[in-house]
Amino acid sequence: MSTTGFDHTPIPSGEDNRSWYQKNRLKVAPWLFLAPAALFFIVYVIAPIFQSIWISFFQWDGLGEKVWLGLENYYELVDDDRFYTSLKNNTLWLVLYMLAIPAGLFIALFLNQTVMGMRIYKSLFFFPFVISQVVVGLIFTWFYNPSFGIVGLVWEFFGATPPSILGDENLVTYGIIFAGLWPQIAYCMILYLTGLNNVSPDQIEAGRLDGAKGWSMLRYVVWPQLAPATFLAVVVTVIGALRSFDMIAIMTQGGPYGSSNVLSYYMFETALSEYGFRMGYGSAIATVLFAIMLLFISYFLWKMYQEERGGH
Amino acid sequence: MFPKPIEKSSPLAQTSYKMFLPVALFIWLLPLLAIFLTSIRPAADINSGNVFGWPSDFLLIENYFAVFEQSKAGTFLWNSFRITVPTVIISVSLACLAGYALAIYRFKAAIPLFFIFVAGNFVPFQILMVPVRDLSVQTGLYDTVTGLVLFHAAFQTGFCTLFMRNFIRALPFELIESARIEGVGEFKIFWHLVLPLVRPALAALAVLIFTFVWNDFFWATVLTKTDASLPITAGVRALNGQFVSQWHLVSAASLLAALPPVLMFFLMQKHFIAGLTLGATKG
Repeated sequence: MSTTGFDHTPIPSGEDNRSWYQKNRLKVAPWLFLAPAALFFIVYVIAPIFQSIWISFFQWDGLGEKVWLGLENYYELVDDDRFYTSLKNNTLWLVLYMLAIPAGLFIALFLNQTVMGMRIYKSLFFFPFVISQVVVGLIFTWFYNPSFGIVGLVWEFFGATPPSILGDENLVTYGIIFAGLWPQIAYCMILYLTGLNNVSPDQIEAGRLDGAKGWSMLRYVVWPQLAPATFLAVVVTVIGALRSFDMIAIMTQGGPYGSSNVLSYYMFETALSEYGFRMGYGSAIATVLFAIMLLFISYFLWKMYQEERGGH
Repeated sequence: MFPKPIEKSSPLAQTSYKMFLPVALFIWLLPLLAIFLTSIRPAADINSGNVFGWPSDFLLIENYFAVFEQSKAGTFLWNSFRITVPTVIISVSLACLAGYALAIYRFKAAIPLFFIFVAGNFVPFQILMVPVRDLSVQTGLYDTVTGLVLFHAAFQTGFCTLFMRNFIRALPFELIESARIEGVGEFKIFWHLVLPLVRPALAALAVLIFTFVWNDFFWATVLTKTDASLPITAGVRALNGQFVSQWHLVSAASLLAALPPVLMFFLMQKHFIAGLTLGATKG
């Protein structure tokens, strides 16, 4: 900070009888303000990341002695079919979840009008995001039920035998992702609605004078101005896709036969549930997931850093 | 404004737009309407196959009452409040202090520290799971409300700090500088000058964190096991096992779990959206 000259210039005459803190307060104060948050964050977030990586080199049941394995857990991972299924499903999540972005933009464009009662409509459209994923998962489990659900009803209406979406190895992941898209689209929609609010009317007007309308207006005038909203939508969608856990735990618990597993759920299953307390192996899976996410996080941070330098 | 305001279209287009809006909303919220209808229908309807039709009777009070009577939903809801409210208070307070430090002081570590908070907020929960659970077991906080509160507060501090730092940074710096020249102490500047100015941000953040923590399921599963500390999200899953094929009760319990964040959102809508889109609006 370019100081005001208040703190660092020595007082010219006589001795400086201010306390050490008073003399250095601009250097010390930020650390005092930071200390509580940093302490919490180190204990519960930063340190556990390194501990997990460390644990991934051991065999450990969570209670007894840890047995050093070196890279053994990772070698096992390379030959683990369930790991590859999870990885494949994670990719599927990541790719299909991205549909939330155009879908959200589409709904936002549809709702970006000033008809009476529009505010209420917008907030009702946002509803699915506020609801717990556990509830969303339960609703869709019930919808997909071939004998009680909507799916059953629709198929029977056409005289067909309803598929058991959550019981079919080839359909199950799509079924869960579809359910997950519902709240995610709502999230992207709200980001775009705000983005559209901030689009400069002058530029739209200028575009109109240049003969842009409809698609060309969207593509060349509006879309570039939505860049911050799009960036945020991509960030939350990528993170959301890779974090998917609740829906899978509620709807299928990774089944049938592990076919709807993703890394986050497989890790949980390995470390804490029926497959026994294999904390070391679980941590190895978590480390892989972390590495994948770190790629995205680094990219996001890099983009933010560019912005930061461009700003202030 | 884009797209073209509908008022400027033909009357036919205007009418069809206004007609289509409620239809679109109806389809969009169909899942919710369906479970609401189910939550008020008698069990007999479900057994006789009337799952999506008009209920033969409206048992709003009876069904919701039955959920509380036949399950621990009351305890679970109360646990959720005991977990969520302290978390909001702790994480928002910590983040005010930290956000202030990162926004106002220019020191070398400011940017790296800021990015660590942001990055920590994005990590997968699973990389924290084993050590955090172990720490909770070691300190006797496993399966307690306090254990969950401490973890959530720490984790949410990352997001809150990002948020507060950006907000405080947008305040006019001259205010703080002139207070310093007047010789006002650093903490007094924070307390009397900055804190009143960030009130809208505090509200936005509080609503958001409330929703995030209320809806948490993963940590509830990892850090608790008994009814005494189980929040409603994990509770609903337990109820789902208990009320097998009693869809009316499962639906009622689900809606109870969804209600507090929904109410929060409706009451504080402006703040909520301001919170979610802070990054997007500031460009």
